[in-house]
Amino acid sequence: MTDAITRRMSYFDAIGLAHREELAADPNTIVIGEDIALYVGGGMGDVDAGRIRSAPISECGFAGMAVGAAMTGLRPIVDLTIANFVYLASDPIINQAARLRYMTGGQFKVPVTYRASMWHNRSNAAQHSDRPYPMFMNVPGLKIVCPATPADAKGLLKAAIRDDDPVLVFEDNDLWGMKDEVSLDPDFTVPIGKAFTHRAGSDVTIITVSGCLRHALRAADDLAADGLSAEVIDLRSLLPLDNEAILNSLGKTGRIVIVDAAHRTCGAAAEIAAIIVEDGFDLLRRPVKRVVTPDVPIPFAATMEKPLYPNRESIAVAVRSLF
Amino acid sequence: MNRDVKIEDPTLRNDLGSEAYLRMLTIRRFEEAVTRLITEGEVAGGCHSSVGQEAAIVGACMALRRDDYMSGTHRSHGHPIGKGSDVGPLMAEILGKRTGVCKGRGGSMHLTDASVGSIGESAIVGGGISLATGAALTAQVKRTGQVALTFFGDGAANEGVFAECMNMAAIWKLPVIFFCENNGYAATTPAVRSHGQPDIARRGDGYGIPGIIVDGQDFHAVYGVTAEAVERARRGDGPTLIEAKTYRFDEHSIGLFLGDYRTKEEVEHHRAERDPLALHRARMTADGFAEAALTEIETIVAGRIASAVAFAKESPFPGPEEAFELVHANVIPIRR
Repeated sequence: MTDAITRRMSYFDAIGLAHREELAADPNTIVIGEDIALYVGGGMGDVDAGRIRSAPISECGFAGMAVGAAMTGLRPIVDLTIANFVYLASDPIINQAARLRYMTGGQFKVPVTYRASMWHNRSNAAQHSDRPYPMFMNVPGLKIVCPATPADAKGLLKAAIRDDDPVLVFEDNDLWGMKDEVSLDPDFTVPIGKAFTHRAGSDVTIITVSGCLRHALRAADDLAADGLSAEVIDLRSLLPLDNEAILNSLGKTGRIVIVDAAHRTCGAAAEIAAIIVEDGFDLLRRPVKRVVTPDVPIPFAATMEKPLYPNRESIAVAVRSLF
Repeated sequence: MNRDVKIEDPTLRNDLGSEAYLRMLTIRRFEEAVTRLITEGEVAGGCHSSVGQEAAIVGACMALRRDDYMSGTHRSHGHPIGKGSDVGPLMAEILGKRTGVCKGRGGSMHLTDASVGSIGESAIVGGGISLATGAALTAQVKRTGQVALTFFGDGAANEGVFAECMNMAAIWKLPVIFFCENNGYAATTPAVRSHGQPDIARRGDGYGIPGIIVDGQDFHAVYGVTAEAVERARRGDGPTLIEAKTYRFDEHSIGLFLGDYRTKEEVEHHRAERDPLALHRARMTADGFAEAALTEIETIVAGRIASAVAFAKESPFPGPEEAFELVHANVIPIRR
């Protein structure tokens, strides 16, 4: 990171800027996905049309092509649009991308980036609202990032594109309009595997994934009014997980709440809780608490959908239950 | 003609038919050696033999340059050999040794050899099709002049990804050859019971891709149509779908008998009348090729296979700790 100038921009525009910068920096970078010619904040910039492949609706096919392209010298960015469509591409992601370096004894690298946006909390019903990152945490060989701010949207995507392993970038569609300062340095990246402490505190640690960060920060404000000092840590990467950051903070506070918008069973929060219990049990003053989405398909009606996800109130309630 | 061909005897050099015989026979003897090693208990896991399909494999491989890309299947011992691989590391891989081409991480179904352009042999049926189509995308974007060929079976033709990739290859005119080894059976299911019409090549029509049927037991026929498809791809005129009608002499998996899904008479007919090696050898003799030269090839092959088996047997197994290496590009601690 440098002190280069920043500009206030949206999470969505930061994603577009990352694309343009990486396409300009490396002629081997290509973009492939549905409707992308007219998509991604601000377009792709002035690059050879052959590097921008607006694909037919063939997720399994082009996700697999990206693996073959990555193995032979390109750096494909695959836009899978809505996160549920990752399931259609999951065969080449899991069976090929994640393990071809390993299966070939290191003869190949697979520098491919898969982007998908989690379109939950806006009445898109059960087939457009998933947060599928935990399923892919069970796949050795992948890396997974979940940017929660405009700066991270740019920096983590650029780190993913430059990484020599397959990286899944799960974006939070609710954050696309969020604005903040973003570095204009073309070499600004956010390291994969490092959590970030957004708010220091001493009484409780709140670990967040993706868009849950903003709810946790608001909850921390509410808790401060009650005299409770919450430390808020955004994981940023789910593979690899920054175990050290989690355990260090737990060492300070002794209480921990994990906020994760994925479903409860085998969610990201479940793995984090297991790590805490295995490696940090003696640091715990109270049981681990999870604030997650219950195990129901996502309903259409907002009156049913909205209360399912972690929010400012449910996080604060969970924290207070530890005191 | 593959310019990387190397034969010791100068009289044999640059002769397409003799080099083809050498490679086809190497595949045959390699598979026979693997079968022996299985009965001796030296091989763990399943192995799928290419015996009977050698002419289709070698005809396709020899139409490619060494640096052209190729993807294969679970039945892929023959593909790297057809493309010119050193058989020692291939055999060592089948025995799970550290000196294996994939350091013991791939095994029989994944004999990937990057040095001959192989980008993976997928045990997910149809999995190699999109990989090769992607490699063709690289060749097009980087303007390298390379082409990619994907081997797949009649069973894989029923995977959706085959249709998806043919369509994308067609609209983008990618330099890829879809090469179907139609051996008549997807494991035990006859192609006649799993395809709406018998010719996979005709599916090319639906995507604007030329579809060609060729006798997969005839090396020269396969080489000819593949060379034409390769030339077309290199010219920038896009993909070709080739269907080689061939036959698997062994069971789906070596030593695995899955029942009477085909008659003994059918198998015997192919072994007696449609053996690609016997047909090729007879043709060479008829063309006036010296018996002594054929015998010399047979001696060379026997020596290479014996050396490969010895190398594989003598090589060490990887240690348990090696399972934790090569997972990522950078070192990420992995909990035991």
